[in-house]
Amino acid sequence: MFYNEMFEGSEVRAPYAMLSDWVDTMPADMRQMKQAEAEALFRRIGITFAVYGEGGDPDRLIPFDMMPRVFLQGEWRRLERGIKQRARALNAFLRDVYSRGEIIRAGRIPARLVYQNAAYEKAVVGFVPPRGVFSHIVGIDIVRTGRDDFHVLEDNCRTPSGVSYMLENREIMMRMFPALFRNNRIEPVDQYPEILRRTLASVAPAKCADEPTVVILTPGHFNSAYYEHSFLANLMGVELVEGNDLFVDAGLVYMRTTEGPKRVDVIYRRIDDPFLDPLCFRKDSMLGVPGLMDVYRSGGVAIASAPGAGVADDKAVYTYVPEMIRFYLGEEPLLQNVPTWTLWKEDDYKYVMANLADLVVKEVHGSGGYGMLIGPKASKDEIARFADLIRANPDNYIAQPTLALSTSPTFVAEGVAPRHVDLRPFCLCGDRLELVPGGLTRVALREGSLVVNSSQGGGVKDTWVLSE
Amino acid sequence: MLCRTAANLFWMGRHLERAETAARLLDVGARMTLLPNTEAGYRNEWESLLRAAGSQHSFAGSYGDSITQENIESWLFFDKENPSSVTSCLEQAREGGRIVRTALTSQVWDALNVAFQELRDLSRRLRSQVDTSMLTDFTTRHGATVRGAINASQLRNDGWHFINLGYSLERADATSRLLDVKYFVLLPRIEFIGSGLDNYQWQVILRALSAHRAFHWAYGGEITAGKVADFLILNGESPRSLLSSLYEAVWNLDRLTRRYGEAVPASASALAHETLERLMAHDIDAIFDEGLHEFLSWFIGEIGSISDAVHDDYFSGRM
Repeated sequence: MFYNEMFEGSEVRAPYAMLSDWVDTMPADMRQMKQAEAEALFRRIGITFAVYGEGGDPDRLIPFDMMPRVFLQGEWRRLERGIKQRARALNAFLRDVYSRGEIIRAGRIPARLVYQNAAYEKAVVGFVPPRGVFSHIVGIDIVRTGRDDFHVLEDNCRTPSGVSYMLENREIMMRMFPALFRNNRIEPVDQYPEILRRTLASVAPAKCADEPTVVILTPGHFNSAYYEHSFLANLMGVELVEGNDLFVDAGLVYMRTTEGPKRVDVIYRRIDDPFLDPLCFRKDSMLGVPGLMDVYRSGGVAIASAPGAGVADDKAVYTYVPEMIRFYLGEEPLLQNVPTWTLWKEDDYKYVMANLADLVVKEVHGSGGYGMLIGPKASKDEIARFADLIRANPDNYIAQPTLALSTSPTFVAEGVAPRHVDLRPFCLCGDRLELVPGGLTRVALREGSLVVNSSQGGGVKDTWVLSE
Repeated sequence: MLCRTAANLFWMGRHLERAETAARLLDVGARMTLLPNTEAGYRNEWESLLRAAGSQHSFAGSYGDSITQENIESWLFFDKENPSSVTSCLEQAREGGRIVRTALTSQVWDALNVAFQELRDLSRRLRSQVDTSMLTDFTTRHGATVRGAINASQLRNDGWHFINLGYSLERADATSRLLDVKYFVLLPRIEFIGSGLDNYQWQVILRALSAHRAFHWAYGGEITAGKVADFLILNGESPRSLLSSLYEAVWNLDRLTRRYGEAVPASASALAHETLERLMAHDIDAIFDEGLHEFLSWFIGEIGSISDAVHDDYFSGRM
């Protein structure tokens, strides 16, 4: 059965006790009024979400559920230790595979999975980024399956998005329900942008002599996460640049300003590796900066996350993260992986093909809930079609059991009902590791649904960590 | 400030002003049709509007020669095919604002975004429930809200100067074009000049520029072509006059020049100063002698050159 975060037997658990009272004493019309107010606020601020290729309203809102998800201090401390441990191991792995590759020599992970991985950047082999950090913002997707059971669903080492929702959900809750915050001790999250700025400044390259100039590089305002890019730039007080705003001259990167060129030291990029530099990667990229990679490799500019960081968050490499933790840190993993079958292993392949109806099968490089099969929800035809895809290229797939995602109380038409949730906290890695107490909780709003992706009918919630 | 940011702020100002111009043109046209006038009938007035907006050809592309009040309303207010319609301009201003959100205060963004959301609601309403004054009120009201938010909350930095430069150059251009409507209306029948009808049309232009009362305070007495033209061209107290608009542009350019120092070229500033001097050397009789239309064409050309120079000086990202 599913773990319901609100109840222990028939008793309401401590973290949800006051929310239970809050809901019970809320007049019926109040809820509708507040929900409409929340929606108007989101639209007014302009937090909208565009999905590529779906057409329709480009200013679609991600549904916001006013019922917060709550963690006790103790639960959070445990999660925090596990998340930081994982972020540390992932960065150690990246440092290793772009230098001596000890973990591969030791036979703890197959060479093929690393060196033939599309995300492995040969262009940065042998280069160690400032402070040895490759992934500066690690977003770790976590699901809960029991009171004490947390599993990591996937790691995001490149440019995880969603942090603006963590911040805005909190803003809107505080604005609409100040009494909830006065009467409860909820840890703040609004220090995130400042910590992010400090983290990025702490990885300034060797050639930067003064206070580092940090910028955010966006693909532009047509990107679905553009709101987040401008939101973060605003809160951090840094320029939001597009590729055309930057240029390379004499081994350094500059931005075009009304007062002439201005030097740039750290680029927090929100575009993918292949688009960073048309001279180094895709020649047809209009989003990047020609010559950027040369400057990067000669220590003229820092790029966060570092090019090549994607090799650590691949779904195939994912299965080896517990191994990384043991290998680099000499520790046992505090957070478990979801059991995963890798279809390039013969035994796994046989088992998966025989049990497709019970499993979730994912593409190794897929994301956003696309390119996957949810066995228990699929028709026979869909399963048969997917089986053909797998047979054609088994290396491209992994399978996992359908996870019993925990539920959190959620407002629905009839009142409050349990809906499945996951969690994405954001761990920042620079001169030290930092994690603000909170994250993005995504909720599958349809009854029984396990898909929380915002592109497929998922919503978001404010995530609370209670102080002691 | 990033060149791209500066350019977007400048164009945001221009588009906001241009949206108001489209609404004012609509108002001029609607009022002129309330009068029994030239034998060509309504058609003449509406056509002159299209000419002043510089869009009679693209209008014909969408509506053929069906110049009716409803089609003109569609064209000037709702039509996205028309890059100068209120809808196009507000959408572009909001999109420009979205691109440079980091350079705008939340009040400014809020005002822009609210205008945009209400515009969507308005465009979903049945056309029979929408009349011209509703459309012009909508535009001037939101224009004033955004303008007020900018003045009340933006830092007085280079970004603010670029927004105001956009506003002032666009307004200089717009007032010239509105005055030119008058020229087009009168063109076929020179003997109308000085007649009652003529004076009524001048009044309409004053009203469209929300300057009717202001004119009476400034001049008093009878409305004559000379006084109105003087008010709208050479009067430094009249907020939308060519002189005021250009003066505001010059002031903003001076501020930028001072702020940026000698390392940044100032060709736009030099050109604006020169145009301002030439404008101030005119008196209203000289302008009528020269021909109002010729004078306005010269001025519109100068504003275009200044705008190009602003682009070269500040937005081109020169090394």
